[in-house]
Amino acid sequence: MDTTPTYPTGYGQSKRRAQRAAFGIFRTLSLIIVFTLFAILGFIIYKGAGVISWEFLAEAPTDGMTDGGIFPAIVGTLLLMLGSAIVAFPIGIMSGVYMNEYASKSGWVVKFIRLMTNNLSGIPSIVFGLFGMALFVKYLGFGDSILAGSLTLGLLSLPLVIRTTEEALKDIPDSIREGSLALGATKLQTIWKVVLPMGMPRIMTGLILSLGRVSGETAPILFTCAAYFFPQLPTSIFDQCMALPYHLYVISTSGTDIEAQQPIAYGTALVLIAIVLVINLLAGWFRRYFEKRVKTKQ
Amino acid sequence: MGKIEAKEVHFHYGTFHALKGISMDITEHKVVAFIGPSGCGKSTFLRLFNRMNDLIPGTQLDGSIRIDGRDIYAPGTDVDDLRKNVGMVFQRPNPFPKSIFDNIAYGLRVNGIKDKEFIRQRVEESLRGAALWDEVKNKLNASAYALSGGQQQRLCIARAMAVSPSVLLMDEPASALDPISTAKVEELICELRKEVTIVIVTHNMQQASRVSDMTAFFYMGELVEYDETKTIFTNPHEEATQNYITGRFG
Repeated sequence: MDTTPTYPTGYGQSKRRAQRAAFGIFRTLSLIIVFTLFAILGFIIYKGAGVISWEFLAEAPTDGMTDGGIFPAIVGTLLLMLGSAIVAFPIGIMSGVYMNEYASKSGWVVKFIRLMTNNLSGIPSIVFGLFGMALFVKYLGFGDSILAGSLTLGLLSLPLVIRTTEEALKDIPDSIREGSLALGATKLQTIWKVVLPMGMPRIMTGLILSLGRVSGETAPILFTCAAYFFPQLPTSIFDQCMALPYHLYVISTSGTDIEAQQPIAYGTALVLIAIVLVINLLAGWFRRYFEKRVKTKQ
Repeated sequence: MGKIEAKEVHFHYGTFHALKGISMDITEHKVVAFIGPSGCGKSTFLRLFNRMNDLIPGTQLDGSIRIDGRDIYAPGTDVDDLRKNVGMVFQRPNPFPKSIFDNIAYGLRVNGIKDKEFIRQRVEESLRGAALWDEVKNKLNASAYALSGGQQQRLCIARAMAVSPSVLLMDEPASALDPISTAKVEELICELRKEVTIVIVTHNMQQASRVSDMTAFFYMGELVEYDETKTIFTNPHEEATQNYITGRFG
């Protein structure tokens, strides 16, 4: 029996045509995304660049928020980022380490925690705000404050921090852990001196991206921290503070003269985007730096 | 008295009976090779000597294993201490993402040694012992990942030797290496036998005959034959051994 297949003629050409068409569609879709991003950025820059000046960045709002700058909101946002980092990073990293290194991977504890963190990341941020108000502002009596806002934002970023830590550690081959244990190192030494440093570049990336998310959140600080107008800088963690996203909302929806406030709104948006952009660039830079350090560290 | 004495060792992974009543004495300063087809239990048996199988959930061990007369599975055994004394080299080189120097110093540091001068000396000795010193002495601060696969494996041997173990377990240490690197590792094994008792798992029959004093042939979780390497390779008692070493199966 002859088993040599008879190939249809011209099929090669039609294969290549299908491939060209498919790649064409992929390329177009990618370009649309890039274009959208540039359109948004361009629009914000076009509308907002005009108001950016040293005064705008370094002064408080004046004249019923129709003039002056956004300095208190910038400081407030940076403080909230710092505060949420202090809350979420240690807890999140330790939980991630626990889940990947200590807990039995198929045990119900890990499954339960994973289920909870997944659900936690699906909760709308306004619900976090409500919870933060009930627990931190009212029950624990922190009042509307940077402390309450940081705790709420910290809770919000916890799932992301736990997840990235877990994923980063999961990718580290067991042979590295075995190599360390085989030298008489304890599990803790192995984690602290080998596993965590190896996972650090990716963990750092996750941490910084979570900061980016925190910087843009409005809902969680709405009832817990953000001040409508608080031109002086906060002096303690029990003070309220202004924050860029909330300021943007306030400026665009209320105030004494919404028309006159428009350029300020775009300026605020531009500063917020710039902060997030810088954070994302930092994330990339940190990752490369740590990767290099992990591989060549003395 | 043997350096390592295993008595009636049974080992289960879940319901799989991986080792079926193995008894074996290993004499000090000998090189013992474990041979046998894949899945015969030789690596499992090896990994019992430094309790590496503890890391796998759902396993069960019966019987006893003594090293220097002490039951290493007795309750209250310090596993970290055991592993310091029973070093291990793995199938694939697994250097840490640290410098060459720090890779060797790691074992000393995690065991509480802080004396910098001592560490420096020990690093040099260990690298010399692994015939790697001349190749790396000018780049001790370079990443271990910059080394070739063969160099990495010798680094791992140096790392294991740095903490002065009295037993060295090698799980197919040359299977991922090219022939020249393999030859270097084999030379090293012949050097190291002066200092430590070596147990090596290998798929390479020539390697077993070149480096070992004693050879153990495992098949389906049983120790079929254990004798002088010369005897195993020239005049084995069991037909299964004969068939395996002549390549009729496995």
